[in-house]
Amino acid sequence: MAQPEGLLYSKEHEWVKIDGDRATVGITDYAQDSLGDIVYVELPKVGAQVAQFGPVGVVESVKAVSDLFTPVGGEVLEVNTGLENDPALVNREPFEGGWLFKLKLPGDSQSAGLLSASDYESFVKES
Amino acid sequence: MKRTALYDEHVKLRARLIPFGGFDMPVQYVSILKEHEAVRHSAGLFDLSHMGQFILEGDAVPEWANRLTVNAVPTMKPWQARYNIFTNEHGGAHDDVIFYRLPDRWLLVVNAGNADKMWQLLNASAGSSGVKLTSLHGRNALIAIQGPRSASMLKPHADVDVNALKYYFCTEGNVYGKKAVIARTGYTGEDGFELFVDGADAPEIWTKLLADNAAAGLVPAGLGARDALRLEAGMPLYGHELTEEITPLQAGLNWVVKMDKPDFVGKAALEAQQRADDYPRIVGIVMDGRAPVREGYHVFLGEKRVGEIRSGSIGPSVGNKSIGTALVEKEAATPGTDVVVHIRGTAYGAKVVELPFYKRSYKIGAA
Repeated sequence: MAQPEGLLYSKEHEWVKIDGDRATVGITDYAQDSLGDIVYVELPKVGAQVAQFGPVGVVESVKAVSDLFTPVGGEVLEVNTGLENDPALVNREPFEGGWLFKLKLPGDSQSAGLLSASDYESFVKES
Repeated sequence: MKRTALYDEHVKLRARLIPFGGFDMPVQYVSILKEHEAVRHSAGLFDLSHMGQFILEGDAVPEWANRLTVNAVPTMKPWQARYNIFTNEHGGAHDDVIFYRLPDRWLLVVNAGNADKMWQLLNASAGSSGVKLTSLHGRNALIAIQGPRSASMLKPHADVDVNALKYYFCTEGNVYGKKAVIARTGYTGEDGFELFVDGADAPEIWTKLLADNAAAGLVPAGLGARDALRLEAGMPLYGHELTEEITPLQAGLNWVVKMDKPDFVGKAALEAQQRADDYPRIVGIVMDGRAPVREGYHVFLGEKRVGEIRSGSIGPSVGNKSIGTALVEKEAATPGTDVVVHIRGTAYGAKVVELPFYKRSYKIGAA
């Protein structure tokens, strides 16, 4: 399972794409595959402040409810409203159309504790 | 964890396995939703070998079984199958089962999770009744082919005319030359067959059915799809809609309870419950939004807590709505009642509806 380069990954199987002070967050291909058919996604509210590695919502498959954590903290700028009617987009395009939410980042770097694509790949293989 | 005779096939098919009823069972192969769709529109193949299969023999079987269950046993004709429920003294359910009456014996199929309990209960009760019990649990296999195309898929490979088999009847024959009890029963709301075969013959039947019918859309289907299918079809799942505490009347299975039978275990309790008619009961729940409901979520009528969710799923055959069952007080049980379900501390609107959510649009075995 290839992990896109240029993203950072958490051990909770989220990815984050950082662009200046903006970040886009989603779950990895490994995560969506493990969950199975995703039928509901509960996302944080726009305007909410979320803490790095804190719980921000849930991702539900047919059989299970899984907590969603954010790999970086900040202010929620936007959530992917397209998932309301098509949550399976997370299964089909976990790194693209199936992104979950966007954040405005505070100044400090939050990359400590996050993994590169190759490190995440190794992490997945070990788990 | 025990393995069914088809375990190696599941591994080859890269199924996701979960412990269920003491066995490692496939919950999904590719996708629960795709497997569900195949069963509604073509057919799915299920390994149900984890379920308990008991053989009952002796002239005393019908009267003996009649005393332990709520539905009528002696009126069953040879080759007939009948859904039934073993009850306790309080009217609660020990298990829901199917009796199959063969000319020289009876086949009783019980839930996997209840197989040990039922085996003990049956043996304790058989005593000196003259009923002989044999367990095939874990030895025999059970393969179900379910879906509107199941008859046409099975027919060329069986030496009996499966098209002529009536719904809730069975026969004995050969499938791919292997001896089988072939029953037109199932747990999906679709037409379908259940094949009771020797464990040693199961892998060959399984792989041949899949290979010969792949082009027609047959796929292996797991317990995940099965649960969504049965919920849409309004069928109870033991441990959810029926338990040692939840009686058949509470589960809405009044049609199964034959009060005009001679005495049976739990009859007095069920009669009292029926007379009082004030008991919490199982209803269908349709959520206003898409948030799934799960077992244990609390259900409110206004501010008052009136019950809890017992099963939940997305309903692919009911517009992908979030559906479920709930055990609620009588005051909240009328179809059309607006209720509220609490999900992670937030109140979500829902409506009480009649079961089932889904009805097939064709007749089974009408020929």
